[in-house]
Amino acid sequence: MEFETVIGLEVHAQLLTNTKIFCNCSTKFGGAPNSHACPVCLGMPGVLPVLNKKVVEFAMKMSLATNCIINKSCSFARKNYFYPDLPKGYQISQYAYPLSEHGYVFLEVDGAQKKIGITRIHMEEDAGKLMHDEHNPVSYVDLNRAGVPLIEIVSEPDMRSPEEAADYLKRLHEILVYLEICDGNMEEGSFRCDANVSIRPVGQKEFGTRSELKNMNSFRNVQRALEYEVKRQQYIVENGGNIVQETRLWDDAQGVTNSMRSKEEAHDYRYFPDPDLVPIIVDDAWIEAIRKELPELPLAKRERFVKDYQIPAYDAGVLTADKALSNYYEEVVRLCRSPKAASNWVMGDVLRFLNEEKRDIRNCPITAASLAEMISLIEDGTISGKMAKDIVEKMYKTGSAPKAIIAEKGMVQITDEGELLKTISAIMAANPNQLGDYRGGKDKLFGFFVGQVMKATQGKANPQIVNELLKKMLAG
Amino acid sequence: MELNQLTIHELQEKIKNGQTSATQVIESVFNRIDVVEERVHSYIRLMKDEALAAAKKADEDIKKGDIKPLTGIPVALKDIVCTKSITTTCGSHILHNFVPPYDATVVEKLRDAGAVFVGKANMDEFAMGSSTETSCFGVTRNPWDLTRIPGGSSGGSATAVAADECIASIGSDTGGSIRQPAALCGVVGLKPTYGRVSRFGLIAFASSLDQIGPFTKDVEDCAIMMNVLAGYDPRESTSVQTEVPDYRQFVGKGIAGWKIGIPKEYFIEGIDPEVAAAIKKAIAVIEKCGGQCVDISLPHTEYCLAVYYIIAPAEASSNLARYDGVKYGYRTSEARDLLDMYKKTRTQGFGTEVKRRIMIGTYALSSGYYDAYYKKASQVRALIKHDFAEALKKCDVILTPTTPTPAFKIGEKTDNPLQMYLSDLFTISSNLAGIPGISVPCGFTAAGLPVGMQFLAGHFEEGKLIQIASAYEKNANIEKRRPQL
Ligand SMILES: [Zn+2]
Repeated sequence: MEFETVIGLEVHAQLLTNTKIFCNCSTKFGGAPNSHACPVCLGMPGVLPVLNKKVVEFAMKMSLATNCIINKSCSFARKNYFYPDLPKGYQISQYAYPLSEHGYVFLEVDGAQKKIGITRIHMEEDAGKLMHDEHNPVSYVDLNRAGVPLIEIVSEPDMRSPEEAADYLKRLHEILVYLEICDGNMEEGSFRCDANVSIRPVGQKEFGTRSELKNMNSFRNVQRALEYEVKRQQYIVENGGNIVQETRLWDDAQGVTNSMRSKEEAHDYRYFPDPDLVPIIVDDAWIEAIRKELPELPLAKRERFVKDYQIPAYDAGVLTADKALSNYYEEVVRLCRSPKAASNWVMGDVLRFLNEEKRDIRNCPITAASLAEMISLIEDGTISGKMAKDIVEKMYKTGSAPKAIIAEKGMVQITDEGELLKTISAIMAANPNQLGDYRGGKDKLFGFFVGQVMKATQGKANPQIVNELLKKMLAG
Repeated sequence: MELNQLTIHELQEKIKNGQTSATQVIESVFNRIDVVEERVHSYIRLMKDEALAAAKKADEDIKKGDIKPLTGIPVALKDIVCTKSITTTCGSHILHNFVPPYDATVVEKLRDAGAVFVGKANMDEFAMGSSTETSCFGVTRNPWDLTRIPGGSSGGSATAVAADECIASIGSDTGGSIRQPAALCGVVGLKPTYGRVSRFGLIAFASSLDQIGPFTKDVEDCAIMMNVLAGYDPRESTSVQTEVPDYRQFVGKGIAGWKIGIPKEYFIEGIDPEVAAAIKKAIAVIEKCGGQCVDISLPHTEYCLAVYYIIAPAEASSNLARYDGVKYGYRTSEARDLLDMYKKTRTQGFGTEVKRRIMIGTYALSSGYYDAYYKKASQVRALIKHDFAEALKKCDVILTPTTPTPAFKIGEKTDNPLQMYLSDLFTISSNLAGIPGISVPCGFTAAGLPVGMQFLAGHFEEGKLIQIASAYEKNANIEKRRPQL
C-alpha cells in the first residue's frame, strides 16, 4: 500500500524584546539563576501582569509577514497545570481569541510554489527551567526564562513530507530573523518546534491518527524524527496494527521516538479568559504603522536579486537565507558594481572560510569594502584571479585590506611588456628542445611555456599579455 | 470619649489643634486592644512596634505642620493585602510564613497619606466565607454579641472598627465581604467600583470580582478614606483611568429630588422581620430627606448566587494554584516525590472551605463542563450587569437591605455551606455587575444586633453613595451605641 504523509507544525519563537511579557525583568539569556526575576514572574501572591506592548507589535510583525489576518480584538487565557517551572500554576496564553489567523507561506516543492496554511499565531509566556542535582534527589528551579515572551505559530496539516516540514521550518526561521524579532537559536531554545504527523493511504481523504513529536532541537532532528515516525507508523499499519494518538519524544542519541503520554493521560488545561488582563484592541492605524516597519522579506529579496543582479535563483537563495549575508553581499555589489563576481566570491571563498570555522558573516574578518576593493583590482587588471585566491585567504586570516597585502608582498601584476619579453627570451634560450618541438607542430607545449613564465614571475605576470607575447615570440 | 472611639475627622481636628498627638491616639488604641482583643480577636498580627514608630514620625511631621489626610490615624489592614516585610497570611496555613517583599498599592497610598498601621486583621481563609470562621488563626467574635459571628470575610476589619481597636480599616469585597460584616457590626463599609481601587498586592480570590474598600465609623470617614484609596494604578491592567473626585464634597449634601430604586426582587420572604422593619423605617427617613422611591426590577436576581458560585470558585481554583509548596509558604515535610509534595502541601495547607471551592471551580472549568457552567455563568453575568444598567436609568441609587438577617451564632452555619452562602444574597450582584455599594448602619434589633442598609449606584458613582448615606446618617437620628465589652 502507498501512504501519504500529513504533517502540521507548532512553532514557538522567543521574542527579542528587552523585557518580559508581563513585567519589567530582563529577557537576557544566561545570568545567575533567578537573577532576572521579580514578584510578578515569580508568581507571588497579589501581584498582577501588565502586558508589554512591544510583544504585541512583534507578534503583529510576524502575523503580517506570514499573511495572517490580525483580529480586531484578542485576549489572554489561562492554561492551568502544575509544574515547578510554572510559578503561577497556569501559563498566560491565548486560546479562543488569538492575535491573528488564516495566514500562509510559500515553499518551493519540485520547482513549483506550494502554499502552507498558518492556522493562527498567538502570544504567551515562557516557563522557567528545572535543573536536577546529579548526586542528590533534589531539583532546582530557575525562573529567569519564566515570562519571556513567545509566539506560537500553528500551521495547517499541509506538509506532505519530512523534507517539506523542514523547509517550512526554515522559511519561518528566516522570516523571524529577518524581522529581527527572534534570534532563531534552536539549541538555546529560542526557536522550538513540535510536530503532528500521521499517514493515510494515498487517495484517502480523512486524516489518519496522529502522533505529536516533541524534543527536536535542530532542523536536522525535525526531519530525522519525522522520517523515523513515518516509517514507524507505516510499519504498524502494514502489519495490521493501529496508530494510537499520543505524544512522543525524539531521542536524538538513539534516533527513535518514544511514547511520553497517551491521549487518555493528556492534561485538561481548563482554559478560561484571564481576568487580570483586558482584551487587546487592534485598529487599522496600528496595523498600518506596523506594516510600514516591516523590512523586505526573504522571498521578495530573492526575487529582486535575480531580477536586479542577474544572478541565478540558486545563488539568490543562498545569499538571502541569512539577512546579514544578504546585506553583506549588497554592500559588496554597491562598492564594486560587479554582482556576478561578488556572488561568486561571497558564495565561494568567503562562505567556505566561514563554514570551516563555523563563523557567522557578522564576524567575518573580510569587510564588504575589502572584498569589493579586491574585485575591482581584478577587474582593472592589477591582480589576476589566481593571485586573488591567495590574497583573499590572507585577507581572511589577517583582516587586512587587499591593497595592503599586495604592497607588502609585492604582488602587483607584471604588465610591463619589456620585462616580460626579457623573461620569455631567457626561457626560450633555456629550453631549446621544447622550442624545437613546438615549432615542429607540438601545439600542446604552449602551456608548458606559459607555466614557465608564471613560475619565473611567481605568478605575477598578467596572463593575457603573456599569452599574446608568447604567441608572437614562439612563432619565431 | 476616649481617643480610640473618635472618627478620623474628629481626630484630625484634635491633632491640628494640638489637643492630642498621634502617639496618644495609637496608645489609646493599643490600650483598648489590651482590654478587648482577647475576646473579639480582630487581629492575626499586631504591629505595635511599627505603629509606635510611625506615630512618633507622624508627631514630628505634625510639629513641622506637615499634616496629610490620614496623619496619625490608626488603620487596620485585612491580612489579604501584602505588606512589605510583614507576614501576610490571607488567613491560611499555606501562607503562615509568607513575608511579601512588596507593599500593596493601597498600603503605599495609606502610608503616604500618613496612616499608622495597627495590625493585620483576621479574615476567612482566602476571603472564602461570610463569618470569619474559616481563618486558620481562629474565629473573630461580633463585639455586639460575642457568641455571634461578625460576618465575613473581612470580619476582623469590621470588628476592629466596631470595637474601637482602630479608627478605620481596609477590607476586600468579592461577594459582600466588606458590606456584610459592616452591616453585622454596625459600621460603614464601601465596596468601590471594580477598577476604582488598585488590586495590586491584594491576594487574589476571584480576580474579576475582588475590590478593596474601607470600613469606617461614619460616612465622612468613608469619604476621607476613599480620597486616599481611589485612583488609577499602572501596575493593574483592569485599573480604570478616570478622574477621582474629592469624595468629601458629597458629605452633607442633600438628596432632594433623587429617585431611589427599590428592587422588588430584594424584598422577599425570608428576610428577618426585624431587618425588614429597620429598612422600612430607613426608607421613611430617605423620603423625608426628599428622596422619591420608585419600584424597579432586577429580573435576573435569582441567578446571582448560582452565577457567583461558579465564577468565583473557577477563578479561585486558578488563582490558588500557585500555592504549591515550591516557592514560598507552607511545604509538607513528608513528600516522596513531586506529585506527593503537591498533594500533601495543599491537603495540609488549605482549609475545608477553600478546598471545597477549588474543587467546585476546577469542575466548572473542566472540559465537557465548561460550556454548561463557566460559559453559561459568564453569559448570565452579562444579563445581570444589563439589569443594573436598565434599572439605574430609572433611579439615582438602588436601596436594599445589606443582609437578610442580623449576625448569626458562631457555628450555626458552618456545616451548611448553602445556608452560609445565602447571607451574601443581596451583596453578590454588585460584584458581578462591577458597580459600587455601601452599607450604612440603620438601627438595631431588639436583641441589640446592628442592621445595615445597602445603597448601590452606577459605575464610578461612589460620590452618590456617599451623598445619600451621609444624608441618611444625618437625618436618621439613630441612637449612638457602643458595644458593651
Ligand atoms: Zn519579572
